[in-house]
This record gives sequence, structure tokens and C-alpha cells, in this order.
Amino acid sequence: MTNLDFMHIRVHNLTKIFGTLRANDGICLEFAPGRIHGVLGENGAGKSTLMKLLSGFLRRDAGEIWLDGNIIHLDSPAAALRAGIGMIHQDPLDIPAFTALENFYCASSPTILPNLKVARRRLIDLAEQLGFTVQPDIPVRNLTVGQRQQLEILRLLAGGARALILDEPTTGISAAQATALFAALRRLAADGKTVLFVSHKLHEVDELCHTISVLRSGRVVGEGQLLMPQPRARLLAMMFGQTVEARQPIPATPPAADTHQPPVWRLEHVTLRDGALTLHRLNLTIYAGRVLGLAGLDGSGQQLLLRLLSGRLRPLAGRIFLHDRNMTRSSTAAFRQAGIHYLPADRLTEGLIGTFSLADHAALLQPSFMLNRKTARATAQAAINSYQIKAAPDTPLAALSGGNQQRAMLALLPQHCTGLLLEQPTRGLDIASARAVWQQLLAYRSAGTALVFASSDLDELLEYSDAIMIFCGGRVSAPLPRSVCNITRLAEMIGGVGFEVTDA
Amino acid sequence: MLSSDPGTHEHELAREHQPQRLLPSRAGWLLRYAGSRFATILMTLGGAFIFTTLVLITTEASPLAAFRLIVLDAFSSPIKRADTIMLATPLLLCAAGLTLTFSAGLYNLGIEGQMILGAICAMIPLRLLPDLPPPLLWTLAITGGAVGGGVWALLAALLKLYGQISEIFAGLGLNFLATGMTLYLIFGPWKRPGTASMSGTQPLPAELWLPRLEGLRLAPLAPIIALIALMLVWFLLEYTGWGLSVRAVGINLVAATRLGVPAHRRLIEALVGCGMLAGIAGALQVLAVFHALVPNISSGLGFLALLIVLLVQARPIWVLPVVLAFTSFSIGSIRLPLALSIDSSISGVLQGALVLCALIARSLIKARGASERKA
Repeated sequence: MTNLDFMHIRVHNLTKIFGTLRANDGICLEFAPGRIHGVLGENGAGKSTLMKLLSGFLRRDAGEIWLDGNIIHLDSPAAALRAGIGMIHQDPLDIPAFTALENFYCASSPTILPNLKVARRRLIDLAEQLGFTVQPDIPVRNLTVGQRQQLEILRLLAGGARALILDEPTTGISAAQATALFAALRRLAADGKTVLFVSHKLHEVDELCHTISVLRSGRVVGEGQLLMPQPRARLLAMMFGQTVEARQPIPATPPAADTHQPPVWRLEHVTLRDGALTLHRLNLTIYAGRVLGLAGLDGSGQQLLLRLLSGRLRPLAGRIFLHDRNMTRSSTAAFRQAGIHYLPADRLTEGLIGTFSLADHAALLQPSFMLNRKTARATAQAAINSYQIKAAPDTPLAALSGGNQQRAMLALLPQHCTGLLLEQPTRGLDIASARAVWQQLLAYRSAGTALVFASSDLDELLEYSDAIMIFCGGRVSAPLPRSVCNITRLAEMIGGVGFEVTDA
Repeated sequence: MLSSDPGTHEHELAREHQPQRLLPSRAGWLLRYAGSRFATILMTLGGAFIFTTLVLITTEASPLAAFRLIVLDAFSSPIKRADTIMLATPLLLCAAGLTLTFSAGLYNLGIEGQMILGAICAMIPLRLLPDLPPPLLWTLAITGGAVGGGVWALLAALLKLYGQISEIFAGLGLNFLATGMTLYLIFGPWKRPGTASMSGTQPLPAELWLPRLEGLRLAPLAPIIALIALMLVWFLLEYTGWGLSVRAVGINLVAATRLGVPAHRRLIEALVGCGMLAGIAGALQVLAVFHALVPNISSGLGFLALLIVLLVQARPIWVLPVVLAFTSFSIGSIRLPLALSIDSSISGVLQGALVLCALIARSLIKARGASERKA
């Protein structure tokens, strides 16, 4: 090897399968040294999987990873770092109780950092080179996400990383820290390091990257890596499928009847926080018999709103009314009592009891002290027939497909709901199942239920919503009537473009 | 979740709906389930046998002779059979209680303390009101035991829910506290006339003992109470909405809450129920076994019950046979030092090895099942 500092990464036919999902499906890409390579894609496109395969957090099911012309097997993050690849995760993987220096030192090998004194000098030197401000003796739990990220970068570089992978690094850090990060990445690239920058924010990729690769549904879109700059419309089209303009018009469902509907939820100046994400001073009224769609990439704030509306998250400030009753401090049970039901995206961890069958669930909902198994089985059978769930009353729900689990969740709802909150209601469902689910949901809408759903499927949002709110990193648009929305506008706003027009 | 009805009709229906993908049919599932259960049992027994034999080989005695004693000696005479039953009683009560907490997904390591508190609280009416008619006093003592154990468990539950302290650590801490209280009582306020003694408080007058069968240490009322408790737990878990919701909380608290189960209340109820049964066990140790408060009133039986429930995976119908097997090992091994010069603690080796092997066997079979599904 002539120059140890340069690393050329090539993946060929890389494949990773989770259950029935091909998270990465035959990916072929090359990343040259000395450049910043952007990797774009929606949630679930397979970006994180690819990066975890490259950094040894996951093992590939097929295909090869070549480093500088040699096939290499990365079966742990440590092995990857030995080979020269280090990954910085969205949530830094450090030890909160340790100081910055201890974190820097503890994972390194004794040949590189023989003692704390050397480690301290190296940490300070490296930080200076990259323009980072890391104080060695402060416990990591007192640092901001941005500072922890800087520390991780330094740790990986000290550990011999010649290629750095950053997974959505700008989430949860300040603008100043992002600027510092970008400057450092440019310097690293100029030094010959290979930088992989995973993002869904177009302007960051525009600003920073030399090349771009777009993933969709586990595959590389189009001819593979492109040189930047590229027109945004083209990147959006690659991210969200087809050419946006050329897409078929969507057969939208007829809008809700235009009669006057009473409000269900009313939010007054609500501020919400969870982790690094904050939604500020939300004012919102959600009406009965309407469908409100929430657009945005995962973790942009839609989940926070859904959890607020179902009583799972209390606001930091402001008030929430349900049918004009102040529910700001009410329990989840009180929301449930008031007819608010929540259908989570993760059906088996939050929605259903996996080892229980539909009959068991029906029995669980019986109000009587003694179980009536016979009635429960009959209820389950009725649900199976009317919701076309492919299961027997006694099949454990964990054994069903996602679509059938989703229908089981719907079947377990009471006949009358005031409000339904759905997270990714059709994720992982085939078209027929998705249609069947929406048929049921629209029946609820006709009966006067207020529906709020978060989805990453723009078609679904445009097809079923009466109004759409767009979320981007904690910013929230006002509910836009469907008539003024189209795929291009939604995709742009999800990427953070054109918010100022509608910023409430 | 197995009921006896094969449910063929629904299967036909379901198959019609789903021509391509093979439904996880109940018959096939049952067959695989039975197969893996059989394999688990075989691996457990085999593993425990091999492990215990290895330990036995280090002694002079023949392992076979030792096994014969351990397994069969408990049934060799009426006295031993009576002792087996009396030892099984507190185990049954504790195991019944732990079946509740395990079903709720809780690890009630505080069971020993709950048993001790039961014993202490049972002593209160016995000491304060010794002149009441014995049957009334027994009722009071047992009720006192249930209250004491229940309160001790409630403390653990409140620490868990409002102090964010795992019930495991809360329970262990409360165990130490309970042991300390016993010693304080034995050497302090409740000490024997004259000098306090490690052998416990002044024995109760014989008319306050729970009546025994002629010539045996068997007080029939105690095992009857234990059996009723076990049946009650089984009934609650299998046939009531309360039991089903406890199990739902144990499997998936978040989902159960979403479906409207008051999950925190269920956790408290399961823990308190377990504490009450453990408390009754403690009270019966006082009334029917030791006839006094002794320092080691729980004798580690709570932890042994924990092992048993771990072994049977909280399935109530398996509790009785496994409890009987475990107690017979304990009683059977008593004669080992005399007959074969082996220490009787070998029964503990066998019991521990059984639980360990069962856990290993289960995870092995689960891992194999998972890899088969993936293939």
C-alpha cells in the first residue's frame, strides 16, 4: 500500500435481509478517498442498514465489501475500525458517566494510546486540528449531542479511521455546531479521508457533498453515484420514486362532507419536548369527521403530536382541550375513556400482545370478571370475517403478517371512536391490504371520528387526507388543505424547503 | 393458551382465505410445540442427571445408590411422606404466589421477606391473645400473616412504581430488613424468659399448634390451605378476565395499557397477592412447623419456590408435581450422610442443575426454532 491514509471503499451486490424485508438488495457503490459522499433516501430506504454493514454493526447476508482492493469481513465495529472504518451514530454511542478523556481513551488499543497522558495530548491536538472544542475532563453526560459527536469523531480518528460514516449527523445539534462539523469534514476530505454523509436534508447535501447516491427500497436508484451538484427536483424524484411531475394523478378519495363539524381536539400554544426534539407553540384545531395527515421523515415531530393527542405525552406548556374539556393534565386512560384510540406503527411492541390470539384479545376486552371464552372466540371469528383477517381465532398474533396485524388492531377498536391516531397505518402492507385498512378508516370518518395519521408515504397522504401538516426537524406547517398540496411541494417541505411560506 | 377444542372448523375457513401462505395451523403448531416440549424435558433431565452424577463421582459412594435414595427415600415411610408434605406446603404457597408475579412479568425476589413478615405478623395475635379459642386464633394468625406479607409486597410494588426501583432490588432490600426485624424480635422484645437464643422465641403452648395427625409431623390443615391457594391462582389465571389481563401486562405492558388494561394496578395486585400467599406460608411455618418465631423462619424456601416457578414457566398446573419432586429430593437426601456418607446438600445440586438445564434447553430450542424459521 503506497499511502495508508487513503481508503477506497467498494461494495458489490451487498444484501441484508430482515425477515421478509430486503433492507439492502444488491447494492453496488464505490466511495473514493478524499471526497464527501452523500447518501440520500427516505426512511426505510436502507441507508442506515448499508452504513451499519460497512461499519460492522450488522453482518451482510450476501455480497462483498472491498477495501483498497481486498475483500474484507467486518464482523464487529472493532474489526471495522481496525480496517479503518468508523461510524458516528445519530445518538452517540458513548459512556455517559465517563469524562470525555476517559471515553476517548477506554476504547482505544494500547499500541495507539499507551496511557492517559498520551491520550490527553492526542485528544487536544486532534481537536485543535479540526477546530473542535472538547474539554477532556467533563463527563460526557454534561455535553451536548454536538460535542459528543465531535468527541466520537476524534475517538475514531485516533483509533485509525481512514473512512468516517456519519448517520444524520445534524439531527439535534445547533447550527453553529453543524457549521463546525461541515468545516471539519471538508478538512478531513482534503486530508484524503473518505467521508460518507447520510442525510435526508437536501440543502446539507447540496452544500457539502462531492457525490451523491440515492437509495430507495433497499436499492441504489438510477445509474448509481452522481457528481454534485444536481438539480433538487431530480434528487427528489429519485428519493420518492418516478419523476415527480410525470406521476399519475392520484385517485383521491372524495373529501369529507362540507357540513359544519364540531372540533375534537383544540391545542392552545402547546409546546412539546421529547429528547432533542421540541415543537413550539402549536395552535391547532382538529375536527370530527376529517382526516389530518402528518407528513415528514421519521422523528421530525409527528410522533410527538400523536402522543400528545392520545395523552401519552404531556405538554411542557399550553393547553389541550378535548370536546372543550381541558385535558392538559389527564392520563392516557382518561383519553381512552373519552374515545381516543392510538394505533402505533410498531404493532407488536406497542399495539398487540404477540403471544395472545385474537380470541385472547377479545377476551381481554370483556368487561366481566369471568372469562367467556366461547363469546370471545365468536367475537374473534366475527372480526376475522368482517375484517378479512387471515388467521384462526387461536393463532398467536405474532404469527400473522403485518397487514393482518394492522387489521386485527382495527378490529379490536370499539364501534364508536371520538378520535383515531394512527402511526404509519399501512407501513409494510401490500396495496390490497392498505386499501382494506383505509376502507375501515374511512368508515370511521363517515361516522364522525376525527382521524390523524402520520405516514411516510406521500401518495397515501395525498389520497386520504383532508388536510396535511408537514414536519421537518421540529418545524411544523399549518394544516394545508389537500387541494393546495402536491407531491413536489410535500417532498420539498419534508426536506425543509419552502417552509417560510407557511410557517405559522 | 391451549384449550382442548381442536378448532378445525375455523381452520378450514382460514385456509380458504389464504391459499398461498401456509397458515401457522394449530395442529402443526401443537405438534411442534409438543415436540419441543418433549425435547426440553429430555435435555433438562439428562443434563441435570449428568451434572449431578459428575458431582457424585467425586465421592466414594455409588451414584446410582445415591440417586435411589434421593428420588425414592422420601416415599419409604409414613413419617417421611408426612415430612415431604409439610415441606411442600410453604413451597406450594410461595410457588402459587410467584406464579402470579411471574405472569405479570415481575421477579419477586422479595418473597423471603414477605414470608418472614407473615411469620412475624402471625405471632402478634398468638402472643397478645393466647386465651382466645384456638380455631379463632389460627384464623387470626393466618390472616395476620397474609396482611403482613401483603404489606411487605405492597412496599416493593410502590417502590417499583413510584420510586423507579426494580422489584428485584426492592425485594432483596426488604428481605434484609425482614431478617433484621426477626432477629431484633427474637433477641429483644420477644426473647425467651431468661436468655435469648438463636433457637427462637419461647415455643407456643401445644394447644395453639395446628393439630397434627397421630405420631406424625403432618398438620393436614396446612397442605389443604396450600392446595386451595394453588387452585385459586390457577382458576384466576385461567378463567378470569383479571388473570388474563395480568398475563397481558406481563407479556407487553405497553400494548396492554393501550388496550385499556390498568397495568399498574395489575402489577400491584399480583405482587400483593403473592405477598399474601407467602405471608400465609410464613404463618403456617409458625403454627404448624416451628411453633415459634425462629431466625431462619423462611429457610430459603421462598428462593427455592422461585426456582420452581422459573422451571415451570409460571404454569400453575405444573407447580404441584414439581414442588412434590423437589421436596422429595430434599427429604430423600436427608439419609445420605448416614447411608452413604454424602452430604445431603447434593439435593440442592440436583434441584439447581434441573433449573439451569431447563433454562439452557429452552434457549437452545428457541434458538434452533428461530434459525429454522429464518431458513
